[in-house]
Amino acid sequence: MGPSGCGKSTLLRSINRMNDLIADTRITGSILIDGVDILSEHTDVIELRKRVGMVFQKPNPFPKSIFENIAFGIRIHKLAQGLEIKSRVEKALRAANLWEEVKMRLSDNAFSLSGGQQQRLCIARCMAVEPEIILLDEPASALDPHSTARLEELLRELKKSYTIVIVTHNLQQAARLSDYCAFLMLGELIEFDRTELLFTTPKDRRTEDFLSGKFG
Amino acid sequence: MNIRKGVDRDIRKVFLANAILAATVLVGILVFLLSYGVRAFFPSPLAFTDPSSRPVKVSEFLTGTVWNPDAYGQPSYGIIPLLLGSFITTLIALVIAVPLGVASAVFIAERLKGWQRITAKVIIELFAGFPSVIIGFFGLLVLGPFLARLFNVPSGLNLLTAGVTLALMSLPTIITVSDDALLVVPNSYREAAYALGASPWITATRIILPAARSGILAAVMLGFGRAVGETMAVLMVAGNAPVIPRSLFDPVRTITSTIAIELGETAFNTPHFFSLFALGFILFIIALATNLIAESLFRREKRSFTL
Repeated sequence: MGPSGCGKSTLLRSINRMNDLIADTRITGSILIDGVDILSEHTDVIELRKRVGMVFQKPNPFPKSIFENIAFGIRIHKLAQGLEIKSRVEKALRAANLWEEVKMRLSDNAFSLSGGQQQRLCIARCMAVEPEIILLDEPASALDPHSTARLEELLRELKKSYTIVIVTHNLQQAARLSDYCAFLMLGELIEFDRTELLFTTPKDRRTEDFLSGKFG
Repeated sequence: MNIRKGVDRDIRKVFLANAILAATVLVGILVFLLSYGVRAFFPSPLAFTDPSSRPVKVSEFLTGTVWNPDAYGQPSYGIIPLLLGSFITTLIALVIAVPLGVASAVFIAERLKGWQRITAKVIIELFAGFPSVIIGFFGLLVLGPFLARLFNVPSGLNLLTAGVTLALMSLPTIITVSDDALLVVPNSYREAAYALGASPWITATRIILPAARSGILAAVMLGFGRAVGETMAVLMVAGNAPVIPRSLFDPVRTITSTIAIELGETAFNTPHFFSLFALGFILFIIALATNLIAESLFRREKRSFTL
């Protein structure tokens, strides 16, 4: 968490090398996943992005059917064939708590879903390729409170089986969802700690100010 | 406030006048073509002095397989060979130019950045503005002889050369319009695909192209229009025998070339003269039909893909 423009998204997008897509990007340092530096030039970026899935701020389903949105990742990574694709799609949609709402309309266009449903569809799409880590970039910022509550419920479920890295500018959300919390400001990591410690006894003055609402 | 309202009203009038003017010109062209064209099918004022200037029969015009209006005493006015000439050359052009053009557009839109992109666009747009006579020269002196040697046929002035020349001419149109269509595909689709571990190739073919397909269709339609309406270049390389082609290496004559070749050499107000306007009208109908088909395809597209 951190105020706008502090580099939360940039940091998040470094973890699956999405920043590579931006022209004139310069990346220094290292990011280790299971001890391997993913910023090294030997990294297979495609394999990396399969292991590290991402959900964006605004729901961005493909202009395809609900089914095809989920099946896309399964197909391109050849994770399943024929009928098994169907069962995988169902599994992913169930995992994202979306199955009951869409099971009768899988061939409808994904844009016919509500914003909250679209965002859960994007999460299902991400989980269908069975990543180890899921990156979420302010996934609830475009959603209404009800959809946000459902999304958070889902994320609490998912964090039992996945490593989740979530960016948020919503303090309560960070407190509710996370085990560990990092506070960023102006491109700098100010503080990183267990969430309850960071929220109750911040060590840095700036963290304290942010938490008490003096800025942000 | 009143002044603003007045200006608003005046500007509205100016736009309305422009719209009416444009529509009038279009309708005027149509009426002109039609009024001249139909006279080919009625007795001409010269019928008394020249026995060969009998009116053209509509059935003969639409279904006749011989176009030979100059034959003394026995003129024939069948447009089938000309229609086939236009359609087959255009078909060859599109078969070559559509895959090549769309692939180039994908490359330019998805892979090139910054100055490379701008350079590529400038060159292609320059090529789009090339005078067609120059491309005709190229077809006549370079492409024709090359294809003749390649396929070991006596003359390079044939259907194939005409098709390839037309492909060259419609390529820039197809590339630029497809490129524009690809550029308006939201970046979030690309991000979504890349974040799932899709390669650039898969992203382009499975996500971006389908998302841009109505724009790509527009590009194909414009390419079709360019090819079917092209006159000069195709006239220079097609061989211009108004016969039904039996192979890729037979000469053909298109509707447009026929009008260009014959209009200067016919006597005014003869059935031959008027029949050329009828040809023009047919061309107009083809263009109109293509546009309507494209339009209805867009509509269907919109219905199935609204936000």
